[in-house]
Order: sequence, then C-alpha cells, then structure tokens
Amino acid sequence: MLHVLILIPFLWAALIPLMRALPRIHPGWAVLPVPALLFAYLLSRIPAVSGGESEFVSLPWMPDLGIDLSLTLDGWSLLFALLITGIGSLVVWYSMFYMGKSSESIRHFYVYLLMFMGAMLGVVLSDNLMVLYAFWELTSIASFLLIAFWYRRERSRYGALKSMLITVFGGLAMFAGFNLLYGMTGTYSIREIAAQAADLSGQSLFLPAMILVLLGAFTKSAQFPFHIWLPDAMEAPTPVSAYLHSATMVKAGLYLVARMSPIFAGGSEWFWIVSLTGLITLLYGSFKAIRQTDLKALLAYSTISQLGLIMSLLGVGSAAAFYDDPARAAFFGLATTAAVFHLINHAVFKGSLFMVVGIVDHEANTRDLRKLGGLMKLMPVTFAIALIGSFSMAGLPPLSGFLSKEMFFTAMVNIWEFDAAGAQSWMLLLPIVAWVASVFTFVYSMILVFKTFGGRVKADKLDKLPHEASAGLLAAPILLVSLAVVFALIPNALASALIDPATAAIRGNGLTAETAHVSIHFWHGWTPELFMTLGVVLLGILLYRTYTRFSLLDREWSGRDTLNRAYNGGLSLLENGGRRATDLYMTGSVRRYLIYILLFLAVSLCGTLLLSPNIRLGMDDYAPITFYEVAMVIVMLAAAAAVPFARSRVNAILFTGAVGYMVTGLFLVFRAPDLALTQMIVETVSVILFLLCFKFLPKLKREKEKPVFKWTNLIVAGGVGVTMTLVALAAMGSSPFEPISEYFLRESYESAGGKNVVNVILVDFRGFDTLFEIMVLGIASLGIYGLIKLGVKTNP
Amino acid sequence: MPKGSDIFLQNVSKVVFFIILAFALYLFFTGHGSPGGGFIAGLMSAGALLLLALAYDIETVRQVVPVDFKLVTAVGLLIALCTGTGALFFGEPFLKHAFGYFDLPLLGKTELHTALIFDLGVYLAVVGVTMTILLTIGEDS
Repeated sequence: MLHVLILIPFLWAALIPLMRALPRIHPGWAVLPVPALLFAYLLSRIPAVSGGESEFVSLPWMPDLGIDLSLTLDGWSLLFALLITGIGSLVVWYSMFYMGKSSESIRHFYVYLLMFMGAMLGVVLSDNLMVLYAFWELTSIASFLLIAFWYRRERSRYGALKSMLITVFGGLAMFAGFNLLYGMTGTYSIREIAAQAADLSGQSLFLPAMILVLLGAFTKSAQFPFHIWLPDAMEAPTPVSAYLHSATMVKAGLYLVARMSPIFAGGSEWFWIVSLTGLITLLYGSFKAIRQTDLKALLAYSTISQLGLIMSLLGVGSAAAFYDDPARAAFFGLATTAAVFHLINHAVFKGSLFMVVGIVDHEANTRDLRKLGGLMKLMPVTFAIALIGSFSMAGLPPLSGFLSKEMFFTAMVNIWEFDAAGAQSWMLLLPIVAWVASVFTFVYSMILVFKTFGGRVKADKLDKLPHEASAGLLAAPILLVSLAVVFALIPNALASALIDPATAAIRGNGLTAETAHVSIHFWHGWTPELFMTLGVVLLGILLYRTYTRFSLLDREWSGRDTLNRAYNGGLSLLENGGRRATDLYMTGSVRRYLIYILLFLAVSLCGTLLLSPNIRLGMDDYAPITFYEVAMVIVMLAAAAAVPFARSRVNAILFTGAVGYMVTGLFLVFRAPDLALTQMIVETVSVILFLLCFKFLPKLKREKEKPVFKWTNLIVAGGVGVTMTLVALAAMGSSPFEPISEYFLRESYESAGGKNVVNVILVDFRGFDTLFEIMVLGIASLGIYGLIKLGVKTNP
Repeated sequence: MPKGSDIFLQNVSKVVFFIILAFALYLFFTGHGSPGGGFIAGLMSAGALLLLALAYDIETVRQVVPVDFKLVTAVGLLIALCTGTGALFFGEPFLKHAFGYFDLPLLGKTELHTALIFDLGVYLAVVGVTMTILLTIGEDS
C-alpha cells in the first residue's frame, strides 16, 4: 500500500493535462480527492502506529547496487505524511479560490504540485538512502518549477534559480554523505545503518559523512547561512509558499536531521553543530523578520527562525543519546518531544498565516506593510485568523504555540545540566539566545497583526478598498487555526496519537510510544519557563511600542543584505572569473596551444623519468658508430639547424628536403632498402608539394624577413628535444624484453613464402594495418579533391 | 606548355617513360623476395605518368591513361579488401594468405601467392591516390 501511496500523486499528475477537455471545471476539483483520500488512509493508520507497529515494505529496484524501493511507516514518517497530505488538501482547496481558472496555466500548477506531493511523500517514507535522495532532488525540481510559476517575471526566475542552486548544492553534498555512510556500513538502508550506529562513531569518515548530510539538511531547511533562498522563493504563488515553504519542503531538512539522529547523535559534534546552527538561525531569522516590509518576506524570515528553533531542539534532544540512565535520557529527550510538537504547531499556524497574507494580497492588491492598515473592520474574519495564528506563533496562551514554546524553554533550561559534550559554561548561552529570539518573535508577530489590521485605513495608498474574502478562500485558514486551538485544548491526545510515536521513532534507544510519553500541561507551577514567557511578553510589548526608535531594528524598514550580496557577488565572480580564466588560456592562437601541449609533454615525461626507479641511460650494448653514419648525421644536423635561420621560404624547403634525403641515406646505411626507396620518392613528392604551396602564397603581406625569435619557443623546443632524447636513451637502455623480430626472420619464408621480410610483414603478418593505411591515402586524396573542386565553386 | 616546345624532353620522356614503368613492374613483382612491393611500384608508376605530364601536358596523360584515378583508388581498395574477405570463405581468419609452387608453361617453377593480389590492391590505390592529388592540384593551377 505504501508504494501505491507514493505512486498515486505521480499517476494523477500525468492525468491532469487531460482536464483540458473539461474547461468549465476548475482542475483543482480533480486534484482535491488525491490528498484528501491519502490523508484519510493515513489517519486510519494512526492507531496501529501509535501502538508501536511500524510498516516496512520493499520492492527490488537495483538490487545489484543495494538500492531497493523500501518504504517504512513509523511514527515520524506518519507525522510528516499526515502534514503533507492534510495541509496539501487545504492548499489545493485554497488554490482553487486563489488562482483563476483560465488566466493562468492552472493545469501546470497542479501537475507540479502533485509531483511535489508525491516526491515529498517519497522522502518521508523512504528507508533506502538512494531512494530518499532521488525523491529529495525531485522536491527541489518541483519547487523550482513552482517558484517560477509566473515565469515571465524576472524576480520569479531569479528566486527559482537561487533556490535550485542552493538546495541542489546541499543535495549533492548529502548524496556524497550517503555514499560515505554506505562505504562504512555496506548498506543504504537507514534502519540497518542505525543498527550499526555503535560501530560508526569511531571511524574516520564518520565526521565528513555527518557534515555532508547536515549540509543537505541545512540548505533544504533554510538554516543560516543557506537561508537566503527562502525569502526570494516568496515570488511563488501564495498557496505554494504556504505549502512548500512553510509546512512541508523546508521541513524535509528537519525530517532528515531527526531521521539521522539515531545514527549520528553519538558524536558531540552533532550536538554542537545542529544546536548552534539552529540557534543562530533562530536569532538571525527573528531579528531580520522585524525589519521586513513585505508580509511574505516577514513570514519567510519567520519561517527561517522557527525552523532554526526546531533544529536547535533536535540538536539539544540528541543529548539524550549520551545517557544510558532512562531518567536522564528522558530529561534531555524532552527537547525532541518539543521539536516534534512545535513542528506540528508551526505547520498549522504558518500555513494559515500564509493563506491570510494571500487573502490580504488578493483583496488589497498589495502586501506592503507601509500601505496596509486598519483592515480589522473591513475584514474581521481574516483578522481573527491572523490574530490566532500570530499569537500561536508568538507563543501566547491559550494557544498550542504557547505549549510548545514552554517546552522549548524547558529543554533549553534543562541543557544546563548536560555535561557530556564539553564546555559546560557555554551551555548558559543557549537559553539566553533562545529567550532573546523569542522576544523578537513576539515583536514580529505583533507587527504582522497590528500593522496590517490595526490603525487607520490608508485608502489613498490602495488601489481599491478591500472587503471580506469569499467563504471558500477563508475555509482553509479557518480550519488550520481552529486546529491550533484544538491542539491547545487536547495536547495529550495529540501527544499520544502522534508526538510520542514520532519521538520514539527518532530517538532510538529502544524507546516506545509509552516510555517516550511526556505529559503536556498549560500550568506547570512557578517554573523559570513561566517567568521567561512573562519576560518575553513584557519586553516584547515594550519593544513593539518603541522599536522604530532603534535604528538597528528599523533601518528604513529593510536594512542591509550582506548575505545576498555575497551570494550575488559570488555568482558573478564565478561567471566573470570563469570567463576571464578561459579567455586567459583559450586565446585561439595555435602557437599557444602547441606550447601547452609540448610543455606538458616535456614536464610529464621528464618528471616520470626522474621519479621512476628502473630507468637507466646505459650505453653498454650499443653498436659501434661508423664513419658514414657520422658524416650523414653531421650533414643532417647542419641542414636541420639551417631551417630556422633560413631567410626565404625556398631555402627552408630545400633544407628540409636535404634532411629527408639524409634520412634516406641513413636507411641505406642501416640496411633498410624498402624504406630508403619509399623515403626518397615520398620526400621528392613532398618537396614538390611544398614548392607548390609556396608558389601560390598570396602576393600581399609576403613574409620575406627572418622568422621572429622568441625565447619561449627556444626553451620549449629545447626542452622537448632534450626530453625525447632522454626518453629514447632510457628506452634503449632499459628494454627488458627480447624483440619479436626473430620470429619474423625465421618464419618469413617458412610460413609466408617470401624472402623480403619487410614486405611479408606489410602484406601478410600485418596486412590489416596496410589495408587501412591505403584507405588513409584514399581519404586524403578525396579530401584534397574535395577541397580544391568545392573550394572553386564557393570561392570563384 | 604547348606541344613541340621542348623536343628533347619529350623524346627522352618517350623512352624513359617505359623504362620507369618496366622498373616499377619489376619492383612490384619482386617485392616478395627482394626490396620492392606495391607501394614503391605505385609511386614509381605515378612518377612515370608525372614525367609525361611535365613533358607534354595533363591532357596527354588523360589520353594515355583514360581512366578516372579516383576509381583506380577505389578498385585498389576493393581488391585489397576482397583478398582479405576471400580467406573467410575457406574458414580462415580475415587476411590469411595462401601460397604454393606451380610449374607454369613459360616461367617454370613459380611461387603463386595471394599476397600478390593484396599488393596489387596497394599498387592500384597508391597510383590512384598520387595521380588524383597531382592532377587535381595541377588542373587547379
């Protein structure tokens, strides 16, 4: 059933283009049943999973490579699958009212969306790392397509490209990390790797694998400093922002970190990297969110900071892995429960807030906070939704956000007592940073509600006076915020149904849903957490009243943008640098390329000669040198040396010819009559051809003067000459095998019936070479024929 | 060069042309036993034709050897290829040669060798190639 579950969205996506036949029906109606039915099925699995069952199915895909389509449904996967299908249904519903039926290529939209949904289900259900990676990249691609849905706008394309580059960068790093894991364990199955986790932590590849996997998770989940793609992804249609960039895709990184916790949590590096990255992201995102003027940008930074919060909780929760004592483990493991709880809460309130912003955008035609205000009376229902969503985000009672924020504070205070990862005094920093970030969170939540809905209506800045949205548009966010209230009322039912099995699945250590249970109360006495929340509210209200006076918080509503500038600068540096580097060496001059080739030849050969131990330049077994050889070599050297100094081309050609005839002479002396004959005729023909070329050189710019002297040429030529001489000497001096020529001399007459061994070799022993050599000649002649005959036609 | 402008060259060429051709034929047939072979013989024959072209003109060469030299190349390649393929019919590997000694009417005991047919292919190809190149360039200028 799990395979079918993933397959359905893809199959359905393939069918959506057929909706063209029914132009009067919004294609969203055809899409809606898919996530709704999947959601219903997954709901029916809750009792079994919370009872401790976990489903595991496997189909062979590439069994030789250890890649199987194995899927598993445990508490953690189930939670994500429910989020994906549940919020997916609401987003599809919302998009039906948000997106026009005819004006946009609406069917494409749903194809991409279904593709994304299937891929995301694949990510959370996969047990095989390679399958997970495949689905992971598919979510990147679907997200790319969805961000650039309005592809005629330059900003959309920019945002899509940016998100693609960053998430694919992380995805590839993760791929490498997965392969390192495979190298250490010999399996791609997550559960089998987790079973070997104890042997892993000592290995040298453990830390690289961890960092690479984390890179993937951090880029996907928009952690500092890879968060910069998320604000630019807000160019996507609002349903996409609500679905992908708040509730599901950006949580894929969190999913992965939690999924990998049983494998990596044994190392203290994991604790520090995950917690600190999460905290930095939390603080930075909440700080930046205050300075945004665009509602969606504010929500984007808020998403970044909330993701950081969950990430830090996952990191802190890994402290439980350091203790065998169940009580201590549970004490620190509370953070994991808080992370899971906040993950649910965030998906709920952030989804609704995005939908609210979409409604405001739809009604007022702007998302700019400087133009908005006083919508409270005009859009009371929207205001109510926004109020509940924001208060849950700020962590105010009586909403579910309050509960998870309290647990967050508890976890951060508890970590004071953690003493296994070294540097205990630094632990003090964690709750302080968390608390400051919460103050900022409170402030931007208030900005979101009261700058939009409070104050006076700025009618002069708006195109039209907004009014309440249609019931269909409001239905989805209403359902979501009511969940925020319901979860707050029955947190323990939610906990036993979803949170505890999820926590048990990602904490490992043989935890079950019962033992992982943490009772959630609104009132838990006069604890430090309560005072922290009180402080957040008091300081937050104070800061909200006065923050425009702090230039750091309100630098003309936007502020500096260092990281994006670094990204853009880096990209253009890559492009320009790449082009300049290419221009530097790809000059188009053949002389340059020859120098590269020859220098490489000389350097690599000389280097090999120097480094090889078995090379010797001995001259013991050389034949004695005769007078004729000496004489001919001297003439040949003189002729060759004269070529570069020749003042005219004719002289150079004649000197070359002289070298050729001297070679003929050497062939004679070395007793190679066939070669001598051939060499003589070929030399004659080529000299004639050279002279022909010379005759037809253009009259203009005829080069009479001496060739230009260049030191580089001399060095390169000398180097190559010396190199080849050394190589020849070394080859002669250290040839370890007997030549096979004895065989030819012996067998030429016996088995081939010829006395001219050279000819016998050419036509008999090695006739195959000759066959193709005459073919080369034929091709050359046809080439010349074609060049001359066709050249005449085009160039009369 | 118009006809009759160089009487010495032309008359000497008439004789030398056949001497060169004869030498080329000798080189061709003796190639398996002594220095020589299809390649050198081909170049030599082409040299004879080139001498004719220099003494008279290209038209004369065309009249003396009224063939398309591109075809000669093709035929040469085909012969060489067929020699190789022929071995396949006897269940031997490609380009496996056979030879034997026969008593021929005029020549007496002679060695006949399929390698000679292969060499003939080489010869024709080389003649064709060389003449194609020379004639193409010559007619262009």
